[in-house]
Amino acid sequence: MEEVRLMKGNEAIAHAAIRCGCDGYFGYPITPQSEIMETLMELEPWNSTGMVVLQAESETSSINMVYGAAGCGKRAMTSSSSPGVSLMQEGISYIAGAELPCVIVNVMRGGPGLGTIQPSQADYFQAVKGGGHGDYHMIVLAPNSVQEMADHLCLAFDLAFKYLTPAMILADGVIGQMMEKVVLPPFRPRLTEKEISEKYPWATLGKPQTRNPNIINSLRLESDEMEELNLLLQKRYAQIEQNEVLYETFLCEDAEYLIVAFGTSSRVSKKAVELARAEGIKVGLLRPITLFPFPKIPISQLANQVKGMLTVEMNAGQMIEDVRLAVNGRVSVEFFGRMGGIVPSPDDVLDALKTKIVN
Amino acid sequence: MTLNEIINPANLVYSKTKVMNDTPMHYCPGCSHGVVHKLIAEVIEEMNVQEKTIGIAPVGCAVFAYKYLDIDWQQAAHGRAPALATAVIRLLPDRLVFTYQGDGDLAAIGTAETIHAANRGENIAIIFINNGIYGMTGGQMAPTTLEGMKTSTSPNGRKIELNGNPLNMTDLLARLPGTCYVTRQSVHNVANVRKTKKAIRLAFENALAHKGTSVVEVVSTCNSGWKMTPADANTWMVDNMFPEYPLGDIKNL
Repeated sequence: MEEVRLMKGNEAIAHAAIRCGCDGYFGYPITPQSEIMETLMELEPWNSTGMVVLQAESETSSINMVYGAAGCGKRAMTSSSSPGVSLMQEGISYIAGAELPCVIVNVMRGGPGLGTIQPSQADYFQAVKGGGHGDYHMIVLAPNSVQEMADHLCLAFDLAFKYLTPAMILADGVIGQMMEKVVLPPFRPRLTEKEISEKYPWATLGKPQTRNPNIINSLRLESDEMEELNLLLQKRYAQIEQNEVLYETFLCEDAEYLIVAFGTSSRVSKKAVELARAEGIKVGLLRPITLFPFPKIPISQLANQVKGMLTVEMNAGQMIEDVRLAVNGRVSVEFFGRMGGIVPSPDDVLDALKTKIVN
Repeated sequence: MTLNEIINPANLVYSKTKVMNDTPMHYCPGCSHGVVHKLIAEVIEEMNVQEKTIGIAPVGCAVFAYKYLDIDWQQAAHGRAPALATAVIRLLPDRLVFTYQGDGDLAAIGTAETIHAANRGENIAIIFINNGIYGMTGGQMAPTTLEGMKTSTSPNGRKIELNGNPLNMTDLLARLPGTCYVTRQSVHNVANVRKTKKAIRLAFENALAHKGTSVVEVVSTCNSGWKMTPADANTWMVDNMFPEYPLGDIKNL
């Protein structure tokens, strides 16, 4: 029987990392996600699976350590929270440009600037639209439970290696800090060097006589070569949008109104949907699980069914832009959110639904 | 000696190392980079470690180092080479991992990465080319630019009160417990080329023996950036750079 355990979302990330064959974690402490590295240091995976865990001198170094490890075909990850992830943007852009897989966990807190250590979803734009310089995307997963923190970490590695692109887990302080039941993923062994060299022939493991040098690089000085890489990346993003969209719906079959929310906001919104239904308001919930690729098609289809949509976000209204693009003006799309680390209550959401959409 | 005698393999006294390929170099005539590249390639061949070497290239003139040496390379963001090297050596501890960095890369934007990698005693070799100027971007002031030295961003000469002091990173690195070998060399004449080669070899041997971080600074010329002939640049380096950055071993444990 599967063992059910009780732990924080941050702790689940650490346990899942070891279990899904992660080779290296490189990080720098920042609230509200420090338990990830603390748990790893406590578990000492270098004695069990051989996984390397290293506390770096900055988030800049962390992400560049991830870059170096990923260049060797290794499963490498880092984690941080909003201000730290801002520091990582240079490295993420290089990793995207060098076509390398890795996983970045962002347990978001409120900003801008040093902001607050309280939970937030204000890094949606940064995560989903690129964040660093140049034309690139990351795969972005938005867990809304401790169970999904564990599950998404393994999924993020699989997707990152499938498409040779960085993948981000975009959680928030609530998901990172709260304790819930979790069934940890089964153990997957780390790949051997032989397996890496067979599966990832581009990996820099040292050049045998039998092949040309492998060069991990994002530099394309000639414009036509640069555009060639840009087109390749765009093609890959189109494949990701085609194949990897994940979302969940709740009471959408007969819905006349729709709430769209991810992460912590989706849990608050689910309760608000139940409250609204008890009052006879036919509202459903669509929860994007992948934020890139965004569930454009199901939202577009629901725009033909419902009279209005409300996005609920712990920010000033960011995902609403993608919902509006998917809806393309067919129904009104309104926004309700709180900032500063405040989590809205289901009653707040219900009130917003009534005043902004239903009436 | 006839031509046929000269090209007879039995009479071969010197040949280009096989670790170096035939790609034409982009470096300016007179630049020190080409010589240092060749020395690294020769050491890799002589140590028979081509199959286990991973080089980390910088941003700067040597950004293209990966074009010339037939080994596996990673090209880092500006200043971040020691962070990449840290991960590579931690995950592949039996490999030879070295960074190749200029003064802007190592002593300005990558100061933190360099100092912390060395302080952790990562088992890597750092090859540091110090020519006191940003070559790639067209001759701007570097952290190692000498007082009074003219560059495109210090057109009237570096002034301490305006630009601060030249930074002697190698002396700093020698003070860290994580470094085992810190030396300053040059390649402006045959004797010093041979000394630099020996230094690179020792640095690589230390890395493979897991003795900690080795740093080989090569005080170099940038005759294009300095706006001198190669010969004048060598003389200017001896007269002006060497007093600020004196040659020799600073630490050898």
